[in-house]
Amino acid sequence: MIAIENLSVSYGAVQALRDVTFRAETGQITAVLGANGAGKTTLLRTISGLKEPKSGTIAMDERMLVHQKTEDIARMGVGHVPEGRGVIGEFTVEENLRLGAMMAKVNLKSGLEEQYEQFPVLGERRKQHAAKLSGGERQMLAMARALIAKPSVLLLDEPSLGLAPLVTAQLMHTIRSLCETNDLTVILVEQNASSALRIAQRAVVLHVGQVVANDAASVVAADENLRQYYLGLVE
Amino acid sequence: MDAFLTSRIIADVLGGLTNGVIYGMVALSLVLIWRSTGVLNFAQGAMPMFATYVGFALLSYHFGYWLCAVAALIVGLAVGGLTERLVVRGLYGKPEINPIVVMVGFLIVLEAVAAAIWSSFPRSLPSPFSSIDWQLGGHPVSLSPFTVYEIGAAIVVMLAVAALFRFTNLGLQLRASALAPEVSRLLGVRVGRLLTLGWMLSTAVGVVTTILVSSNFFTGLTPQVNDGIFAFGFIAAAVGGLESPVGAIVAGVSLGIILQFVQDYLNSNAQIIVALVVLIVALMVRPNGVFTKSSLRRV
Repeated sequence: MIAIENLSVSYGAVQALRDVTFRAETGQITAVLGANGAGKTTLLRTISGLKEPKSGTIAMDERMLVHQKTEDIARMGVGHVPEGRGVIGEFTVEENLRLGAMMAKVNLKSGLEEQYEQFPVLGERRKQHAAKLSGGERQMLAMARALIAKPSVLLLDEPSLGLAPLVTAQLMHTIRSLCETNDLTVILVEQNASSALRIAQRAVVLHVGQVVANDAASVVAADENLRQYYLGLVE
Repeated sequence: MDAFLTSRIIADVLGGLTNGVIYGMVALSLVLIWRSTGVLNFAQGAMPMFATYVGFALLSYHFGYWLCAVAALIVGLAVGGLTERLVVRGLYGKPEINPIVVMVGFLIVLEAVAAAIWSSFPRSLPSPFSSIDWQLGGHPVSLSPFTVYEIGAAIVVMLAVAALFRFTNLGLQLRASALAPEVSRLLGVRVGRLLTLGWMLSTAVGVVTTILVSSNFFTGLTPQVNDGIFAFGFIAAAVGGLESPVGAIVAGVSLGIILQFVQDYLNSNAQIIVALVVLIVALMVRPNGVFTKSSLRRV
């Protein structure tokens, strides 16, 4: 579980997040939605310690994450798949996965087998450089690299970016089943609101750094005002 | 081809190889730092020089050559680590000229302090291997036990660095920290520590080079021992491509062999001119270095 309270973050004079408060429960997907510049990526970067907040708290179960180093937060079990996937193109698929497994002290062999079973295409391309993979395959690799460390929290930043609709649908299905089978706390940042709302249990809508809605995903999906003014979902 | 010419060519290749592996190692240590921290370390010659002086100060206490060499390596690791923590860390992310100015200043300080403590007179390290060439049928073969030691040690170091980067978890983390520091931190890699380790390793490689050069009876250890070698190593790194460890070594060895022929057939003063011509031509044809695959880089 991740509990965020009164979180404010700024870049110089520009306030990116203002008094953001919400909880992401274990075993659930919490979608964070909003337009470009709403503060979604900043939120994930702050949870991971890449950005220091101005005020407010972030707790994972009973532990405070604020003021901790990014690498320590990762070692506590927060997996972050950044925007643009962040796979290391110069590394092979297997080297990317090895790097993910290293810090978590999990058994490499069984970890690899598990991920290749989950994402068979990665097994077929284990010796290939990540730069040679397609966009969808890279996204699979980025997720597998986070999952191999057995995280309890998974932060996903725009996983559907640049993917074809069919691939996005498959990806969302995978995220849902991973969350259920591993009892993960998933915070899913998406511009593709309709895809995210289809798999999420909760949804938080951000608008210029502020929470304008925090409710069950089905409620947010049915709210005409939210759909029209904040999510760009016009029928 | 007559026997004299053949033996002269063989002698030039072997002599060039001996210098070339040294240039290759200097270039390799420059590339290690550049790849991991984006800093062109102009004190790359002075830092190991200082460590070698400290290590071989133990000779006065009747320690042997090998123990002094180990001590110099340990001091080199410490000098590299401390430099990264105390001098360089505040320079990351700053304009590229800042670290260059600071490292040139650091080079001058280290050479001045070394001269003040140990004087500028060359002191020859007592090499355990003879520099007298072997004979074959009554003729010298341009190969001595010392040359074999020099080339052998350089090859062992290069293979060890390659194996570290290619086959170990530590090497994987070092490469990841250099290629994608933010992603590495998100995966729990302690990037700050690894950057320090990169500087430590690079200085240790420099110490091996300095010991090999200073163990040569004709060179000896001086505060400026690495200045000329650094210049050629730097050219090799630029020609091979600052992103490519393999390129650095290949360019270093090639440069060593080319310059040996220049010395033999022209004169030794022409070496630096030829080296600069090689640099200019290589950079005109491949601005990012002969062995670098990447496209444009901000300079």
